[in-house]
Amino acid sequence: MKLEVITPDKELYKGEIKLIQVPGAKGSFEILNNHAPIISTLDKGTIKIIDNLDKPEFIEILGGVIEVKRNHIIVLADIV
Amino acid sequence: MSNLKEIRTRLASIKSTMQITNAMKMVSAAKLRRAQDAIIQMRPYADKLHEILENISAMIDTEHGNPFGDEREINRVLLVVITSNKGLCGAFNANVNKKVTELIESKYQKQFKSDNIDFISIGKKGADFLRSKKLKIKATHQDLFDQLTFDNILPIVNEIMNDFIHGKYDVVELVYNQFMNAAVQVLINEQFLPVVPKEKEEDRYETKVDFILEPSKELIIDELIPKSLRIVFYKSLLDSFASEHGARMTAMHKATDNASDLIKELQLHYNKARQASITNEILEIVSGAEALKG
Repeated sequence: MKLEVITPDKELYKGEIKLIQVPGAKGSFEILNNHAPIISTLDKGTIKIIDNLDKPEFIEILGGVIEVKRNHIIVLADIV
Repeated sequence: MSNLKEIRTRLASIKSTMQITNAMKMVSAAKLRRAQDAIIQMRPYADKLHEILENISAMIDTEHGNPFGDEREINRVLLVVITSNKGLCGAFNANVNKKVTELIESKYQKQFKSDNIDFISIGKKGADFLRSKKLKIKATHQDLFDQLTFDNILPIVNEIMNDFIHGKYDVVELVYNQFMNAAVQVLINEQFLPVVPKEKEEDRYETKVDFILEPSKELIIDELIPKSLRIVFYKSLLDSFASEHGARMTAMHKATDNASDLIKELQLHYNKARQASITNEILEIVSGAEALKG
């Protein structure tokens, strides 16, 4: 899956990943390959990303939106 | 010959002025690049946000109430004037000031007479102008351009949006320079609030994806609209910042050109005067020698 994490000031992450876990407004959820299209707002919390080399990465956010469409994930994040 | 010395000092002073304007031009060019980068960085975020908003509104048929689109009778106006902190950038600030004068004299004449226009000035030059006109300044922000990031502008734009929602202002307008390219800036006066709904482009391409929406369409829209408003505000600041450096670069370039023209002309004068004085001297010596021979 392709992932982009962007803020108004810069691009935080771009690349191929295996899994992403986000703090959704209705509760934390994970997205794996071929997830159904979804748009959700995000709460304050941590995004966990596992890339194709199984290396985990964490990004703290204050809020944001996630859009998943045909294995293309876009996270618009607010950070400090 | 005193004339010679005069020209020499003028030449020296013009040369040093030229050095300064040239240096300022270089500095502006470097700053312009950074400011342009900031705009480019911001663009993907704005585009994606717009895309998501469009995706959602495509799925919603009934118009969802939007507190930022509330069109009321215009009693109280807030004008946000975006200028620069420093001068020497051509008509950059003068244009903004002219527009503000025009706004209060025509479009918002009624509100101005009843003293119902407030101003927020971003940039020192605008604040100076508003003060000289004795207008009601609600707030000035001058240190913003030292560190122009999204986080730094958040408190300002949030306050404006809050004031609008609570009915403190019925309309909020921005006046600033939009960045076209390094040499061209366009003065923009746009309505920030209430949001004017854009005409929907019908059937652009019907690839409607059936999204799962969490927590709900309404809540997502409620969160996305303020986000996109903040981005609009941020964009206008970035635009103005890049325009400022573009304008200064052009102004300083012209000044440098003028200086080099002047130098050329003066140098010619100087050479002529020098030659004339040498001829004179020779003439004197020769005629002196002739007289001695006599």
